[in-house]
Amino acid sequence: MSAIEKTDVVIVGSGFGGSIPAYHLAAGGAKVVVLERGPWLAADDFEHDYMLGSSYTRVFDFVAGDGMSVLGGNCVGGGSVVYFAAMPRAPKFVFDRHGSIGRRMWPAEISRDSLEPWYDRVDESIPVSKQDWTDVSYAGGLWAAACNHSGRTANPAPVAVDNERCTNCNFQMAGCRFDAKRSMLTNYLPAALAHGAQIRPLHEVERLERTEDGGYRVHFDLIDEEDYRIHTGSGVLEAKIVIIAAGAGATPVILQRSEAALGKMPHGVGRYFSGNGERLNTAIIDEDRVREVLGLSREDGAVYSANHIGKGPTVANWDKLDGSLPEYERYSLEQLYFPPGLGTILAQAPGGEEPRWFGAEKKEILKQWSNWLTIFLMTEDDNEGVFGTPPPTGNAYRISQQMLGRGPLRYDPTPNTLRGWALADADCKAIIEKDGLAKVAPWTNDVVGAYTVHPLASCRIGDDPATSALHPSHELRDHSGIFVTDSASVPGALTVNPAMTIAALAERAIPGIVRALQDRGVAVKYGAPAPDGSITGRRAVSKLDLVAGG
Amino acid sequence: MASEEEVQVLTLEAYADTILPGEKRFPGDRSVAGAAPGAGAVEAGALDLLNYDATGVTAGLPYLVQALNDHAKSYAGEVELVLDTDVPPFVALAYEHRRALVTRLTKPGHPEKEGWVSLALFCNMAYDTAPHRPTREALEAGHPGLLALGYRLPDADGLWRFPKFSYGRKLAELHPDTTPSGSPA
Repeated sequence: MSAIEKTDVVIVGSGFGGSIPAYHLAAGGAKVVVLERGPWLAADDFEHDYMLGSSYTRVFDFVAGDGMSVLGGNCVGGGSVVYFAAMPRAPKFVFDRHGSIGRRMWPAEISRDSLEPWYDRVDESIPVSKQDWTDVSYAGGLWAAACNHSGRTANPAPVAVDNERCTNCNFQMAGCRFDAKRSMLTNYLPAALAHGAQIRPLHEVERLERTEDGGYRVHFDLIDEEDYRIHTGSGVLEAKIVIIAAGAGATPVILQRSEAALGKMPHGVGRYFSGNGERLNTAIIDEDRVREVLGLSREDGAVYSANHIGKGPTVANWDKLDGSLPEYERYSLEQLYFPPGLGTILAQAPGGEEPRWFGAEKKEILKQWSNWLTIFLMTEDDNEGVFGTPPPTGNAYRISQQMLGRGPLRYDPTPNTLRGWALADADCKAIIEKDGLAKVAPWTNDVVGAYTVHPLASCRIGDDPATSALHPSHELRDHSGIFVTDSASVPGALTVNPAMTIAALAERAIPGIVRALQDRGVAVKYGAPAPDGSITGRRAVSKLDLVAGG
Repeated sequence: MASEEEVQVLTLEAYADTILPGEKRFPGDRSVAGAAPGAGAVEAGALDLLNYDATGVTAGLPYLVQALNDHAKSYAGEVELVLDTDVPPFVALAYEHRRALVTRLTKPGHPEKEGWVSLALFCNMAYDTAPHRPTREALEAGHPGLLALGYRLPDADGLWRFPKFSYGRKLAELHPDTTPSGSPA
């Protein structure tokens, strides 16, 4: 029998939550192995093609649950490869939310103010860019003009996009062919590799167990590169520390499956899942009214007809991100783009008889697809998602060779969540239907339940052991040496796109993980600069007493 | 009555045509009900996609077809319809009845909902993304769904680029509490 491979740190997943520790720990001197269940693709591999088996279906997963379906990354770079790169910081009031537990759900030590230095580190590392109105797509401009017509404000969103390289192809959900989107493939991951981290794609971690010396043995399956339903082998790897960053739809499943070997999991593992309060509305734009009422027209004579042009979300309405409003009444309304397929099946024909998601009326609105404007509502939900019994492998029973699976998540929206959605729907309708600009309808929740592209909180940080899975340090309660640094650790809905906050929390967790490694005899230090060598962000956090080994 | 294979084809075509209907392809077309002008999911290649095993639904199609026809018979009994017997029961239903039955099968709480939703998902995708063939090739061949959505051919290298993408001017006031980083306060 061959000796089992050993390393200092195994990181499960390579999205924001995996790439950030991979870089810092490798740069600090630790031996790091990243296990990623998806393939490893680079810019030249990203196709503009919807065919099953193209990069578009290889790099993400759509997992249908009971009452909630989750879209997530499935490739090296994880969610950062498939996301739309909007990078706002979460508003102050979010950190004071009580949600369903009757007390502040964030750890006392985290607020917007205390997180700012970590946001700054991410901002410098990605880097994040502010957008000007000349960067804003037609869709974003139209949403801004509609908001303005209703006496509302609208903001070009900060983004992780290099606008000089961007071709506005709107294919970034399938990975960015032009490396304009600053995914982890462009910053933290290459820097991690340069410091000796290893990244192993098509390695799906199934479960953990303890080793005799207090570390962990990580069990993985090898996944076929074309048909993810096929497992071609399995293996193990031992590490002193394990960081789980498989995404909020998968991290708790790995821990649940490990419970038999590791012992009882904290109550918060696989509970308190939030879909970030997300909901989508599709507006069918009346170009004549837009020309007359808003005075908009394109250089080429068309008015809009530009659903397919752009770079995802470029403009958001933040008027209801108002801390003086009661919880569950605060939300943002953001212009978004969804490709056809996943972005059309749930859209409903405005007006008319139920059902409105299929049939002749639906076909009529598909003909107007280039005049669709998608509005993304991010509200405050009630963390009501619960993961049931894990499937035998992965986080879903895979249906298709790629992309489509059936998972164990159950989500039954509470009256708070439903009311938030209704308020946001009504506000969106008031803005976009004013003076006949459009007809709008929300996506149906009857087909695959609610729908989130930002799963959160299924293994969250908190001060209260009864309602959180992780200590504020991101270490799993009662299981020393396991850390969770991905979207699962975020306590609840953020009312804005969460990538910036996920990344900031991961940055914030690093000094504590460094200390845990040092305690286990690993010669590792904290204090790497940004992946490109910039040091402003490091200088700011070096003043905090959190930092070890500097 | 048709062979088992013909029953499957006709029944699945009728299901796809309920999701995104099209005009009849030839006089006497039974599976396509003719409920909407232009090509629908059937002409867009719904059966090619369903028979592509990468979808994961192909192996289950015979069971879905049988179940759908059983449901159609029960439904017809319930609403007191007499069905033609020269086509499968679901195909014998008029469009509005097919629609009513599919509505029932895909409603939250129906025990078989997942199967019918999966079938609907792929019928829809056959029309609006044509995932059973390379997108560029589908466009060159005049794929009716992609064209209906307004897709046009990409650049010669197979990639889309839109040099003109912005109205290029300020169109609203910023939120007064926007922070220097461009985020909400």
